Amino acid sequence: MTETQAAAAGTRKRQTAESMAGRQREISISEFFSKNRHLLGFDNPQKALLTAVKEAVDNSLDACEEAGFLPSIRITIRHVEDERFRVSVEDNGPGIVKAQIPKIFGKLLYGSKFHILKQSRGQQGIGISAAGMYGLLTTGKPIVITSRTGAGKPAHYYEIQIDTRKNTPQIITDRIVDWESPHGTRVEIELVGTYKKGRHSVEDYVRQTAIANPHCEIFYTPPDADEPLHLVRGSDLLPPEPREIKPHPYGVELGVLIRMMKETSARQLGAALQKDFSRVSAKVAAEICKAAGLRPSANPRTLQGPETERLYKAINSVKIMSPATNCLSPIGEEQVLAGLRKEIDADFFTAVTRTPAVYRGNPFQVEVGLAYGGRLAGDELVDLLRFANRVPLQYQQSACAITRAVLAIDWRGYGLTQSKGALPTGPLVLFVHMASVWVPFTSESKESVAAYPEILRELRLALQECGRKLAAHIRAHRRAAEEEKKKSYIEKYIPHIGIALREILALSENEEQEVVTTLVDILERSRSRER
Amino acid sequence: MAKEPATGKKPASASNKQVLKAIASSAEDIRRKILARKKPTMKLPVRSLANVRYQPERGFFEMKGRKKERTLTVNTVKTFAQTLRMVALSKDLVENDDIATKREAYYVSKNWAEARFTEQPESDTVMDDVEAFFGVNREQLGFIPEEKGGDVAGRLIVIDRDRDTGQALRIDCTRFGSGAYSIPISVEDLEFETDADFILVIETAGMFQRLVKHNYWKKANCVLVSMGGVPTRACRRFIRRLADFKKIPVYVFVDGDPYGITNIYRTLKVGSGNAAHLNEFFCVPQATFLGITPQDIVDYKLPTHPLKEVDIKRARDAIKNDPFIKHYRPWIKAMEQMLKMGVRAEQQALAKHGLNYVIEEYLPQKLRHPERFLP
Repeated sequence: MTETQAAAAGTRKRQTAESMAGRQREISISEFFSKNRHLLGFDNPQKALLTAVKEAVDNSLDACEEAGFLPSIRITIRHVEDERFRVSVEDNGPGIVKAQIPKIFGKLLYGSKFHILKQSRGQQGIGISAAGMYGLLTTGKPIVITSRTGAGKPAHYYEIQIDTRKNTPQIITDRIVDWESPHGTRVEIELVGTYKKGRHSVEDYVRQTAIANPHCEIFYTPPDADEPLHLVRGSDLLPPEPREIKPHPYGVELGVLIRMMKETSARQLGAALQKDFSRVSAKVAAEICKAAGLRPSANPRTLQGPETERLYKAINSVKIMSPATNCLSPIGEEQVLAGLRKEIDADFFTAVTRTPAVYRGNPFQVEVGLAYGGRLAGDELVDLLRFANRVPLQYQQSACAITRAVLAIDWRGYGLTQSKGALPTGPLVLFVHMASVWVPFTSESKESVAAYPEILRELRLALQECGRKLAAHIRAHRRAAEEEKKKSYIEKYIPHIGIALREILALSENEEQEVVTTLVDILERSRSRER
Repeated sequence: MAKEPATGKKPASASNKQVLKAIASSAEDIRRKILARKKPTMKLPVRSLANVRYQPERGFFEMKGRKKERTLTVNTVKTFAQTLRMVALSKDLVENDDIATKREAYYVSKNWAEARFTEQPESDTVMDDVEAFFGVNREQLGFIPEEKGGDVAGRLIVIDRDRDTGQALRIDCTRFGSGAYSIPISVEDLEFETDADFILVIETAGMFQRLVKHNYWKKANCVLVSMGGVPTRACRRFIRRLADFKKIPVYVFVDGDPYGITNIYRTLKVGSGNAAHLNEFFCVPQATFLGITPQDIVDYKLPTHPLKEVDIKRARDAIKNDPFIKHYRPWIKAMEQMLKMGVRAEQQALAKHGLNYVIEEYLPQKLRHPERFLP
């Protein structure tokens, strides 16, 4: 650099490619998320506390169900000092093998769920380690795990912190402890948070989880209580185990296709398509190859970029059977009703589970339940509870396909009041569940479902079906109220006809009574005839 | 000034005994039906403009005879009970030769527990129903209105009776100075002495005050009557009896707007749709319309206000549905002219040409050609 150039650039020191290269290095995924924690649901202290609980409970429920245990979960939030809280979530699940514990809790994107397509609460394997990382970042305290896999096995106690640079776990403590539980896992995280009641609260989350998971019992101890709140089990039936499926060709994006072709164990393209995807027969595989102008015998691992792109386009031009939908595990109408009944004090309950459908090659299923009347407030907007794979969605309501579907329906036709563009008003809790092998969330923090037309359609049909049942109930209810009103009308005003006639005609009390009883009788009869 | 007996048919003046009999027999009727296990009914004339016809030779809105039958059902039980209790109250009043104002009757209903009225219009409606049901004037049922009858000044002596002695009282309406004689609620037994040439009936108290203050009645040799809005039954009956008695014309001077024409003037002349069974007596068929006409607005270059939404609706409604307006071509034309101009003018608008312009110019000019008055 010459003097003049340096002068032109002012006093600022210029960088060279070499000096810049010195600072360029790989950014670990953990490092990325520690700087972008809002992507994972840790954007503010209140939400951080909720997300930590939620991630731990999701894992516990998934583990219990997979191992066939009826879940019993203990959630405890303790106030440590100032803004510090200690969250503890304990389950009666199968426990975790000792060697796996550090990786599961101390490494982002480590999990069993990302690589397969199967309906489960967790998807990416980010959640719980991110919660632990958030705790570490805000309090410096490691995540504490206690886990035991069976009565005859020892209980392992770990204190782990994540090395954000390397995305690897650092074990602080590793020892065997005495633990009263025969099997299960306890996760403890200390973090900076805000404890609040009401909307978006942990308590709301716990209640909604209890509704969507009636087979689960929860003991919840908030920071301001000594005794746990016991949310009892509403059913002893474990949901059927969801089945794992291979991806359907329609649902695969180009990037994923490239990776799958690189990683396939098949030697030939035709075989790879048949083996790694669902619903691809030899005939379909041949059709795809032909449409792409590729030989079925080509080596899939050596496909060039443009070739894979042709393959990608070819897939979408060939007619392929929809994926099998028996891999889904909906809550079921009975269980939705059981969940609503045990947590909500209302008069009328109904639920609908739609038959499975497919969006972009991914099977999904929609369920809607509702609770109406009783002690619910009649002059407020309806309470919309959204769920994806049994997990309550508490934030970003307006961005969610479920909300869009609810808003698109004219609820006035079903006996509720509704302002333009708003949720309906009435004593109603609306429960909407979307189950899928891959729920299309709009962001990593899993708060709202993306609006695919197929999903919106299923939501609409399910909501309408429940709406019709609700309307029938409301009509019957109004008729009964009308009847009651008429009856009281008769009782109220006929005596006045008696009084007037007595005054005009100077009737005796008996004569007056005779008129009144006869008249009541005449009107009661005509009323029952009118029905 | 000759003293002559009041002419004109009197309202069917049922004696107290007859009223009591009618009440008792209708109640007995209802009781009999109930005991025979039938739903009792009451037949009431439909009280609306749609149930009246106008024939100029008869001179007033006559009921077309359409009746509604109110059957006692679950839905009507409240009104039915209230109507019967109102009848019972009336019986009590007549029996004891007492009276109750509409407002008082409303307050009496507060003793009726669930059958009480919440607002006076409700009790007024029921009272009107009872009146129409028995086909008599409500005064005969013991109910009297609150409203003032109207004010009178000018060349007239009213002969009333002293309440205690029954002696004739001669009330000289020229001797009230700047005040006026107030028309009583019952005018049936009044007698008159007058040599006036006509009766000038005025809508507003303000205009009346001006004419009285300047002794206009002396100059024009007339009787002045102030209606203060839509004329009460007593006011209409008073003007009718006086006009019949002396065979003198009645000229009406109101605001030039749809309300002045279709509500005030029309009600004075032919009665209302609401109490059609009584219009025969409470109307002034000989009345004609002096002003303010829509043409006056043009001729006298009067300051105006734009017609309000409700004025336009009222005018259109009158052209379409009012049997009186519909009967007279000149009235339809006048209403259409007003709608076209889109403006209205008040009596007081004449003050634009000077405060006493109305006395010195407008009325004398108008009165020179009574044959040009609107019917």
